[in-house]
Amino acid sequence: MDDSSTAQRIAKSAAAATPPAMARQIRGLSDRAIAWLFVTPTIILLLAINIFPLIWTVYLSFTNYRANRLNREVEWIGLRNYERVLTDTDIWHTLQVTAHFVGWTMFFQVIIGFGLAWLINKQFRGHSFWTTLILLPMMLSPAVVGNFWTFLYQPQIGLFNYIVAFFAGIEPSSFQMIGDVNLAPWAIVIVDTWMWTPYVMLICLAGLRSIPDYIYEAAEVDRASKWRQFWSITVPMVLPFLMLAVLFRVIENFKMFDLVVELTSGGPGSVTELASINLKREAFEKWRTGYSSAFAIILFVTVFGVANIYVKALNKVKQR
Amino acid sequence: MKKVLALATAVSAAALAFAGPAEEAKAQSGDLTLCWAAWDPANALVELSKDFTAQSGIGMKFEFVPWPNFADRMLNELNSGGKLCDLLIGDSQWIGGGAENGHYVKLNDFFEEAGISMDDFAPATVYAYSTWPKGSPNYYALPAMGDANAWFYRKDWFSRPDLQAAFKEKYGRDLAPPTTQMELKDLAEFFQGREIDGQKRYGAAIFTERGSEGITMGATGALYAWGFKYENTPGSYDMEGAVNSADAVAALEFYKDLYECCTPPGYTDSYMQESLDAFKSGQVAMAMNWFAFFPGLHKDEKVGGDNIGFFVNPGQKIEASTLGGQGISVVSYSDKKEQALEYIKWFAQPDVQKKWWSLGGYSCHVAVLNDPSFKQSQPFAADFLLAMDGVQDFWQEPTYAELLLAMQKRLHDYVVADQGTAQEALDKLIEDWTETFEDEGKL
Amino acid sequence: MSAASAHSVVESKPWTRHLAGGVVILYALITILPLVWILMTSFKTPPDSISYPPKVIFEPSLEGYVNLFTTRTRQTPEYMASLPPPENWVERLVRDRNMVIAGPSKFGERFLNSVIIGFGSTFLSVFLGTLAAYAFSRFKVPLKDDLMFFILSTRMMPPIAVAIPIFLMYRTLGLSDTHLGMILLYTAVNVSLAVWLLKGFIDEIPREYEEAALIDGYTRLQAFVKVVLPQAATGIAATAIFCLIFAWNEYAFALLLTSGTAQTAPPFIPTIIGEGGLDWPAVAAGATLFLIPIVVFTIVLRKHLLRGITFGAVRK
Repeated sequence: MDDSSTAQRIAKSAAAATPPAMARQIRGLSDRAIAWLFVTPTIILLLAINIFPLIWTVYLSFTNYRANRLNREVEWIGLRNYERVLTDTDIWHTLQVTAHFVGWTMFFQVIIGFGLAWLINKQFRGHSFWTTLILLPMMLSPAVVGNFWTFLYQPQIGLFNYIVAFFAGIEPSSFQMIGDVNLAPWAIVIVDTWMWTPYVMLICLAGLRSIPDYIYEAAEVDRASKWRQFWSITVPMVLPFLMLAVLFRVIENFKMFDLVVELTSGGPGSVTELASINLKREAFEKWRTGYSSAFAIILFVTVFGVANIYVKALNKVKQR
Repeated sequence: MKKVLALATAVSAAALAFAGPAEEAKAQSGDLTLCWAAWDPANALVELSKDFTAQSGIGMKFEFVPWPNFADRMLNELNSGGKLCDLLIGDSQWIGGGAENGHYVKLNDFFEEAGISMDDFAPATVYAYSTWPKGSPNYYALPAMGDANAWFYRKDWFSRPDLQAAFKEKYGRDLAPPTTQMELKDLAEFFQGREIDGQKRYGAAIFTERGSEGITMGATGALYAWGFKYENTPGSYDMEGAVNSADAVAALEFYKDLYECCTPPGYTDSYMQESLDAFKSGQVAMAMNWFAFFPGLHKDEKVGGDNIGFFVNPGQKIEASTLGGQGISVVSYSDKKEQALEYIKWFAQPDVQKKWWSLGGYSCHVAVLNDPSFKQSQPFAADFLLAMDGVQDFWQEPTYAELLLAMQKRLHDYVVADQGTAQEALDKLIEDWTETFEDEGKL
Repeated sequence: MSAASAHSVVESKPWTRHLAGGVVILYALITILPLVWILMTSFKTPPDSISYPPKVIFEPSLEGYVNLFTTRTRQTPEYMASLPPPENWVERLVRDRNMVIAGPSKFGERFLNSVIIGFGSTFLSVFLGTLAAYAFSRFKVPLKDDLMFFILSTRMMPPIAVAIPIFLMYRTLGLSDTHLGMILLYTAVNVSLAVWLLKGFIDEIPREYEEAALIDGYTRLQAFVKVVLPQAATGIAATAIFCLIFAWNEYAFALLLTSGTAQTAPPFIPTIIGEGGLDWPAVAAGATLFLIPIVVFTIVLRKHLLRGITFGAVRK
């Protein structure tokens, strides 16, 4: 194995990244000093590019600042922005749209993802190859892929419409996935489900594989039916994994921007205008910086709060 | 895996090392960068600018952004104080923000020095593309590209005897380009779903785009024709009764009817490109679009030439068209303002303006427009002059983007998503706009 | 993905296995269809790409790729006739459409930006992440759990929300639309992933190795460089690929914080337009070139995928 020599070369190049004089100085450092030396750069970077901006956002959310009006005086307006965000019917509409999107994508991804994992776990021949194929969509750029889906959704020339029409026996141009008020919310759910079901599947698969065989064997000895085994062994054992997958997906889909903006850009009307799309319009098209900062903080607190409560629930399930 | 890691380390280090110099290299090169939308006239400008490079020795680089992203990207660039563009051909509505926020260089002194007189440009274009506050002699751009929204139609279909007879029988008048908005709808209805040469055709391609400015630019064509005004008295921001007048409601209802009865399937989010596509692929009998595309359409092998005809936006209560077009401005964050001004000086020359028109750019120079041969120079040239006589523009306020987005939302919600009534849409629009003006301290 | 242990009660019957296999394969084929369609569209001519019904069998053409890398202008037939014969197949292809090549398109530049920013930020985040992960794994860092959670929580902000203050900050610092600005931003986002993943990998390296090295007279730093790093190489590589994939795919920041000089490919590809409408073969060609590296990486990474997508929370 030439692994070690390659690794040494990497090690050398990593060491070379530290200037020699400094290297000599730190060679004799205590563990404590090394710990700080190693952690500090990351903390500084995060302070500069995550925390400081976050604090700035909090400050801006109390002002009437507009990033496109440099000459205008910035006024402290207290909670006015928060009041406006929370009483704005359009904002509540975008939150409803987001809830619809998150709810249904979770529903489909959990059902299909778990189902696929369960089937793959049957260990049929070639399952490894097919699993890798299924995993591909989630690794790709959502913006680029989302943009291409607008092509697949074209009435008449689009592949999606053509295939659906072929099996349903209707005209391909008789329905429009992204132009129709009733279908557009489902169009984004379909693409997101296509893209992210593998994510849920992969985590469920890990859950299924973590179940030791002897539990099933014991159940078999007790003459529990397959159905019973499924509900009293498989589901409870996979549940913590599934919940973890749902946690990650809910956070991601709550923030969803790239895929949907390229697909529908929030239209028709505002029926697919997710919270992030609305936030982008407020912040970077209308340039209502203060107002959108307040909205951003509200979104962040919501995600953070829900995630924390959820993690507590997850830990309880795990301990059971 | 480990070899990959070693390789990646090397590549990454190289990438990091490259990142710094890349920026410097850009700043050091003497080339001017001109930013505009990606469309036919931009290609013509590239061609035209070769003369400038030949004369001055200054190289030109171009950054063309497709229309749906143009305003978004460029306003973001200006607001971030970016140095990407030295020259910017920006939309007429940006002038207020460009001037008040200091993005654009004020050009008065330069015009005087270079001997450029604004009297040499058509007054409507100077008013729309150059001045802020509107109509005052403060210039932030040189009129570069005159434009308005107009229509074109399948002349070959309009001249078919069978269709002419069928139309006459149904509507009691000749099959001809419309003179009113209502006639336009009759024509669109006539062609909608009609089979011509074995293919199903549709009435009209109109603007319904949601993301940038599409549906506003399309619907104002009807609104202005019904006498729509933004304010009761100009400058008062007094919109109640103007924006939601009975005529405005009627016009908006008309636009929705037109959308519902006579557009091709899937026309829920279409703007310039979609309109061109629909027309070029033979889907529609009529389409609206900016004059800027007309030279290209006329050149088209299949639907151009004798097969295409043009007409200005039909009036209803009054004759009016939606203004397009842009002025060319110098970006104040540029490091090469001198060279950029040199470009404008070159561009303003009558000879260059004449060549600009011949290449497909809509010059605003009187030497071009007032030339007796102008009207005959292209089949749409006379219509262009006619349209420019009656142009109306959207708000040019510094908060224009906010005002526009509100209108986009209200119109799209009503026209395409079929929510509420026209009256409600316009009432809500006044609420949105009032809030914006209150925030600005203008109300 | 180890073979099933052969217990008769647990192993499913052959016919269930076949049925399961059939369903999964059917799903895999459906799921892969849009990607195959991208690839196919990239080799179609523009008229073929928008034909009805959609063409499955067509004559392959490189027009999409040519259109991706060039800008072209339409000319009159008279002008075309006056030109000397085309020099190569690219020119011939373009002229068949009554157009001439006006110059290169911006795609090359944008692709290069993606490479520079992707690799640059990956290098930095893995470098910083390895150091921090080692410290978190081996030493008693005060408030360790809080710090680890703090590092993770930075990923819960919607990117648009983060972009608001970053936009203002970069404007002040002159980092708007620069490679450096994007590298720093992506590093800040990726370092949380890197720390969490690498801590998992380093935790798995037995401490005894280092302790033996320390007894042999190595300093702590030497032990880190000569013992821990080589052991962690696979983990570092996997982490690097995950960071690279994030930076490669990122869209929101690139859309809002770059306009040209440092713009990456994701916001650019959807705006590729042809004459009269979106040039779908060119868009598909751009997408194909852009997606292929990720497909390769996914296959290379498949064993570590689970760990990467769950921040190391699930290790199989």
